[in-house]
Amino acid sequence: MGSLSNQEIINHIQEAFPNLLVSSQESYGMMTIEVQANQVKNLFQFLYSNPALQFQFLTDLCGIHFPDQSGKELGVVYHLHSLVNNYRIRIKAFVPKSNPQIESVCSIFKSANWQERETFDFYGIEFLGHPNLKRILNVDEMNYFPLRKEYPLEDQHRTDKNDSYFGR
Amino acid sequence: MENNLNTTFEEQSKAYTTLNLGPTHPATHGIFQNILTMDGEIIVDSEQTVGYIHRAFEKIAEHRPFYQVTPLTDRLNYCSSPINNMGWHMTMEKLLGVTVPKRVDYMRVIVMELARIADHLVCNSVIGVDTGALTGFTYVFQWREKIYDIYEEICGARLTTNIGRIGGMERDFSKEVILKIEDFLAGFPKVFDEFCSLLERNRIFMDRTIGTGPITAEKALNYGFTGPNLRATGVDYDVRVMNPYSSYGDFDFTIPVGINGDTYDRFMVRQEEIRESLKIIRQALNNLPEGKYFAEVPSFYLPPKEEVYHNMEALIWHFKIVMGEADVPVGEIYHSVEGGNGELGYYLVSDGGRAAYRLHFRRPCFIYYQAFPDMVKGSTLSDAIVAMSSMNVIAGELDA
Repeated sequence: MGSLSNQEIINHIQEAFPNLLVSSQESYGMMTIEVQANQVKNLFQFLYSNPALQFQFLTDLCGIHFPDQSGKELGVVYHLHSLVNNYRIRIKAFVPKSNPQIESVCSIFKSANWQERETFDFYGIEFLGHPNLKRILNVDEMNYFPLRKEYPLEDQHRTDKNDSYFGR
Repeated sequence: MENNLNTTFEEQSKAYTTLNLGPTHPATHGIFQNILTMDGEIIVDSEQTVGYIHRAFEKIAEHRPFYQVTPLTDRLNYCSSPINNMGWHMTMEKLLGVTVPKRVDYMRVIVMELARIADHLVCNSVIGVDTGALTGFTYVFQWREKIYDIYEEICGARLTTNIGRIGGMERDFSKEVILKIEDFLAGFPKVFDEFCSLLERNRIFMDRTIGTGPITAEKALNYGFTGPNLRATGVDYDVRVMNPYSSYGDFDFTIPVGINGDTYDRFMVRQEEIRESLKIIRQALNNLPEGKYFAEVPSFYLPPKEEVYHNMEALIWHFKIVMGEADVPVGEIYHSVEGGNGELGYYLVSDGGRAAYRLHFRRPCFIYYQAFPDMVKGSTLSDAIVAMSSMNVIAGELDA
């Protein structure tokens, strides 16, 4: 059972991928790093197989939408867990809404398969190299991505209910 | 298979049959479909369709004040809703930087372990039902009802409990609650022993479950297994021990693990976990600390109703909470708890607004149910059904 520090991990990543890291910070006890979206798969392969790191468990994968970040509107958030070191890390990669494409990590983590489909379903992020990228929870005929911020929760033409009193 | 009348008998006998298992087949215990490609009685391939009860909880959560998210979490794994509720409360407390009193931790542990027992009882007794042994199911379901009676005494609800509040419990354990828990701890082990003797060393049950739906530890980790299903493969990963929350570090309990990762091991891991949970409840009840049952978070924890009528400050807080006007810090949180069937995680992004900017539920069974085709390939249909019920896939959680 080893222990890792945030700085060690950043050093490891910077050594292997000099221009990949965009920013890093610790938020509520978990280190969050933002990386360039173009090399996600290589980075994950590195984190998986590096003997000092061994991030071999993909805890969670989900999408997020920031309409105001131009050029980086859509993001994928990965939570990795190094069970050997009991160390968790959050990795984010952002892609533009006009061309939301990112590499799939399915070939490294089988658990990513449905989670990437879910992210595609809700945010329209295309995962390149995914074996079966289609909608999973919503119907196939749907032509919008419901968790994007511009999509309203309810029909905006309703007059019997005014939510503006409640701040949203 | 194309229905071509001109095919010869020989050609037809070589073709595969497509079998639709579900969406509402009684053996699937929930609404999801499996399209099986069968060669006679052997499964060649399987494709799952999920999403039949998708209710867009993540979208709804972005439009509701934080305290209104708790009822949504009830409906994820509805066999153990209190664990989901507590997980959400703890996520919010982490965001607000609130430390709850020790008494709250212990009360929560008692409720969560009762929920774990209820969850495991459903799963294990249903494995019995699917193998043709209905008796055990009728034995233990009475005691699951008694757990629900305890929930009812604590919070007034039974299935979708909405138990506890952000910052503590809604009220202290009453005498009746303690009595009911004591009754449960006194009476349940005997019935549970009977249940064990019905199934654990039952020749027919063992023949049906040993070697059924196996998965190796490497594969299970790669598929993102957590909870009893992962532990059945021999990996001792339990969030309660790896990242202790709610004072789990105070209790003495072991993490049972299996060897083969088959249906029998999954069943046995759950059996042992029920015994461990009983131990934890006993310890928590004996050492229940004195003190308050809530933390000082006036902007989230509702003041007592009589105060609201007679005290201006309490009225203001009450109004602010109900209208969802409390301030929250900006930040990102991942908090996970050991749910009934695996690591239940909450990824919360707060922009300081009245509702979550983004809330993602890490639903354990959504992730590990992917492995089902891999686990049943080459086995018979009846084995696949037992393997599926032993995976404890809950439709409400699967589809969020």
